[in-house]
Amino acid sequence: MKKVTIQLETLACPSCVQKIEKAITSLNGVNNDSLQILFNASKAKFEFNDELLTIEEIEAAIGKMGYEVKKSQVRDL
Amino acid sequence: MQQFLFKRKNHIAFLSGILIALAFIIKFLFKNDLIFEILLVIASVLGLLPIALQAYQALRVKLVSIDVLVTIAVLGAFAIKNFEESAIVTFLFLLGAYLEQRTLNKTRSAIKELTELAPDSAFKQMENGEFKEVDVDDVDVGDILLVKTGGKVPVDGAVIKGEGYINEASITGESLPVTKQESSLVYAGTILENGTIQIVANRVGEDTTFGKIIELVEEAQDSKSAAERFIDKFSKYYTPVVLILAIVVWIFTKNIELAITILVLGCPGALVIGVPVSNVAGIGNGAKHGILLKGSEVIKDFSSIDVMVFDKTGTLTIGNPQVSKVSFYTNNKADALAYLANIEKESDHPLAKAIVEYIGDTKQYSIENTEVVKGGGIIAYIDNHKIVVGNKALMENEEIGLNENVLSDIRDFEESGNSIVLTAIDGNLSILMGIRDEIRPNVKENLQKLKNLGVKNLVVLSGDNQTTVNVIAKELGLTEAFGHMLPEDKSAYIKKLQEEGHKVAFVGDGVNDSPSLALADIGIAMGSGTDVAIETSDVVLMNSDFNKLPHALGIAKATSNNMLQNILIAVGVVLILLASLIFSNWMNVSIGMLVHEGSILVVILNGMRLLRYRLK
Repeated sequence: MKKVTIQLETLACPSCVQKIEKAITSLNGVNNDSLQILFNASKAKFEFNDELLTIEEIEAAIGKMGYEVKKSQVRDL
Repeated sequence: MQQFLFKRKNHIAFLSGILIALAFIIKFLFKNDLIFEILLVIASVLGLLPIALQAYQALRVKLVSIDVLVTIAVLGAFAIKNFEESAIVTFLFLLGAYLEQRTLNKTRSAIKELTELAPDSAFKQMENGEFKEVDVDDVDVGDILLVKTGGKVPVDGAVIKGEGYINEASITGESLPVTKQESSLVYAGTILENGTIQIVANRVGEDTTFGKIIELVEEAQDSKSAAERFIDKFSKYYTPVVLILAIVVWIFTKNIELAITILVLGCPGALVIGVPVSNVAGIGNGAKHGILLKGSEVIKDFSSIDVMVFDKTGTLTIGNPQVSKVSFYTNNKADALAYLANIEKESDHPLAKAIVEYIGDTKQYSIENTEVVKGGGIIAYIDNHKIVVGNKALMENEEIGLNENVLSDIRDFEESGNSIVLTAIDGNLSILMGIRDEIRPNVKENLQKLKNLGVKNLVVLSGDNQTTVNVIAKELGLTEAFGHMLPEDKSAYIKKLQEEGHKVAFVGDGVNDSPSLALADIGIAMGSGTDVAIETSDVVLMNSDFNKLPHALGIAKATSNNMLQNILIAVGVVLILLASLIFSNWMNVSIGMLVHEGSILVVILNGMRLLRYRLK
């Protein structure tokens, strides 16, 4: 398992937190309970299984939803 | 293509605005309805593209988002060939999103300024021994780093070489530079004003003190109260319900116009965004003034407290006690002082430090059988003399006689605000010391401000004797004062207040009163940036600045009010819109969208007022 902190573009719309949440939780290998989306800080933090999922796939899923990933930081748990 | 559209959203809004303006000018000047309609169709399609794309993405993960509602509404307007409405709705929606982003950035600016203090690069020693500039994320624990004059310390660590002055204002709020030499600890985010040092990294990234402060503030501004979580849940089901409602209305009335108006009016914007906006602006204002408020639940509780309990030493007083009066009842002063100094040297009690400092250098003795009596003092043996150092209660327990002369001196000392330390040698009282801790500047004025803000009871609790505490309470205008309190007595007292139905805030320095900090409804730490104080409390006053306390309570109250106003605005707008839909005939999609976006901007602007909040 790895822990990732993703800095997103500035989140402004009321429903974007929901969208990003859905985009991340629909990926296979994400620990859904660990997911935290910080609206004001425009950050997503969660744990994921690095055998099932890569950071590139996560970034692509968020990008597909229409949100830019500014920076992501993966750390060992 | 998709990324391009999203990035150009603001340009699209601008362009579609121009097209709409142009369309109306042509209509009124040249009475040309065909060009008018064509321009509006172009504006609608252009504006709809990014919205529809977002709606599609949302639907793919089974989410009925606000974009979905707007897209259907616009398509509906197309179906009934009302291009005026479709163009204006898409334009207003995009313009609203742009303005929301702009204004939201403003409300978040205070916290952003704080996070931007974080260091981003470091000079790291490479294998060849030379220092190379690297990204701060590439620094690991154990790395050796170079910090030059004017540079930021990149991580928490210890100095291994060199000397310098460091400004630690970002951690402690104290702007006077601190001298650092070999083995001194340095903190990430502080600035080396003078000198060059090499440090070894102890903690990096989010583990540094500065990293923790940032993480805490970021999580605080996004932490949700129970009410907010309810709103979130509500809005999750709300949008699909609006969609179904619109479809039902359409099926039964065959009135597309009405159905799409419901879709647009049903967007839950201001309600979802109103509370977080107040929250972030209030916490941002606090952060700018050196006050950490840990989230919206804390703000809510803090704004409703009626009793504030203070620890005395280090909170109302500076926490640097000094010996102010001494009386001797022995002829051998030198020996008595030397015994006392040797015993007190072993203790880290603040009073002990004051005594050691006062006596200065003395003959060294070896001390045997030291016994620390909790809430009393110390009993120890030197050269077979039994020495008892402590308060009056300890002397009585040890059956050391205090004559009328001594008792009157004690009263005298206590009445001038001194803490008492008695020293007895072999059962005979030898020294009486009065130790005073200077009261912090402006405490009285600040306490008055707290009363003006609606705190009914101001209580001081202290381990000191009752007379000393009474003197301070009277001087400062506190409502109640209790002496002889051990840490567990303090927390028991807070519990009793809570059982009586009071909302209690406890203000302490976080050193030995963490139980009280944790137990109180609101624990306020006079933090000088220590981890313990930051973690156990709900509110931290950086730099231990007592002057910030009234501002902290004031901003909490203002923020809590602001949230309430925003909820009222949001709910009120939805109710008015729905009522006008049923009872009036002027309501249409364009006006609905205008009011909807307008209400979002109103709650954001209302929240922004908090950034400028100052206590009167």
